[in-house]
Amino acid sequence: MRRADAIDEKTASASPGNSVIPPIPLPQPTDASRPFWESCHRHELRIQHCLQCGAFIHYPKIHCPMDGSDRFDWPIMSGKGYVYSFVVVLRAFHAGFKLQVPYVVAIIQLEEGVRMISNVVGIDPDKVYVGMRVEVEFDDVSADISLPKFHPYLQGGQ
Amino acid sequence: MRRKAAITGIGETSFSKDSGMSDKALQLQAVERAIADAGLARDEIDGLIPSPHGSGFTVEGFAENLGLRDLRFSVTIHFGGANGCTAIHAAAMAIAAGAARHVVVVAGRNGYSGSSKISARPQLQPGNFEVTREFESPFGATVPMHFYALIARRHMHEYGTTTRQMGSVAVAMREHALKNEKALMKKPITIDDHEHSSEIVRPFRLLDCCIESDGAAAYIVSAAETARDRPNRPAWIIGCAEGHPDSPTSVATRQDLLRSGVTIAASRALTMADMAPSDLRAGYLYDPFTFMVIAQLENIGICKAGEGGPFVESGGIRLDGRFPVNTHGGLHSQAHSMAGINHITEAVKQLRGTAGQAQLLTPSPLVVTGTGDFGDGAVAVLAND
Repeated sequence: MRRADAIDEKTASASPGNSVIPPIPLPQPTDASRPFWESCHRHELRIQHCLQCGAFIHYPKIHCPMDGSDRFDWPIMSGKGYVYSFVVVLRAFHAGFKLQVPYVVAIIQLEEGVRMISNVVGIDPDKVYVGMRVEVEFDDVSADISLPKFHPYLQGGQ
Repeated sequence: MRRKAAITGIGETSFSKDSGMSDKALQLQAVERAIADAGLARDEIDGLIPSPHGSGFTVEGFAENLGLRDLRFSVTIHFGGANGCTAIHAAAMAIAAGAARHVVVVAGRNGYSGSSKISARPQLQPGNFEVTREFESPFGATVPMHFYALIARRHMHEYGTTTRQMGSVAVAMREHALKNEKALMKKPITIDDHEHSSEIVRPFRLLDCCIESDGAAAYIVSAAETARDRPNRPAWIIGCAEGHPDSPTSVATRQDLLRSGVTIAASRALTMADMAPSDLRAGYLYDPFTFMVIAQLENIGICKAGEGGPFVESGGIRLDGRFPVNTHGGLHSQAHSMAGINHITEAVKQLRGTAGQAQLLTPSPLVVTGTGDFGDGAVAVLAND
């Protein structure tokens, strides 16, 4: 399995037109995370929320790590936040991302306080900075999966 | 647990890029050399901590191939690069509890020529990385470097740490490797070489990344009452601990990116040793990426938060610096395929006074760390008297 999608970078760069780009790795939703991915599919960013203690929980968990409760709702988020940290990926280790380099992998902190890994899109990677305000958009990467990504957000309107 | 156990034997294979041996054969050779170094007979080994990396033996396979007739204690640790150092703590505990007298710890694989080459893996493996695979890999955060670079960028933002400072770690590791006959990297490098090496994941360049190699290493932890009877000077375990950050499986959701398992373990290990960071004479810091040396200098308390960068830039971690780090060249320039056990074997050599050209005048007490899976940490304080 590992061999099948290993990168042969020399071959790929020598004949970029011939190489087949494999699909990117897609999430396999679990019982705990299914509501998250289903809401993303509807282009809504919803985060697991403990009905007992009120904590927002991300990434989704089976029980609330604060109090062990398994009673949750999934409130919709503002979709706004800022870049807590970021890197610019210049070389794809997974061949599925070969056409995307250079791309930005960032830790996004949402206004509601939770953090997640995502991409900052719609901007030159060299212009991204820690603290940059961003807003969610959704990338339909398969029939079932839409990934929440983030673009720069200017306060007071786009 | 303080002074209840000591490292009495060490064993290494040769380190190479093409061992021509199986992972199992490498591990066995390292173990046999460690047993001989400790002056023990095979059947005196009654405890075993193998590392699950590569295609090595299981506990049962080791017992069978080493002819261990009465294995009384075993455990397998799953903290990636922290395995080798975490095992010091696990072995010392087993000995302090009376569960074993001589515990062998081993790790090794064909990390360059074999199928466990990390840089050839397109993404992180299941198991410890389920969360990463579901929530992070789809965004192209697929390999360890992406996560360590995110931590580094935050450090740069908070403290002004620079890529040149990271480069000075690479240069120091290489300088040390040039004095180590087992080190794989033989060519001197400069800060300019670092700054001109290819960018892979900005802010990390090629020379911010450790090497990969073939090889194995092992050590033996013995009960205090038997340690003085061994042929070599014991390396006493005077402090040891493991530690984990909050949200150990996810860097992104960690409250404080810069508070790692090493931060927590260091404080516990130093408390056990009844020491302050300023008592430590040298460090064997797990160095998958240059930045991790800067981070751990701060995690342990050798430097204050934010002062790790200037410290390495001013030569503080060189052989003649205030706190020499990785006198063998570390994962960066000596070898990387044995869960950090080469840091432990070099630390023991220093404490015995057999570290060759890189021998320090006053190596004791020193600190060894292991870090793995983006946050798990282990710390041991060792002394030669």
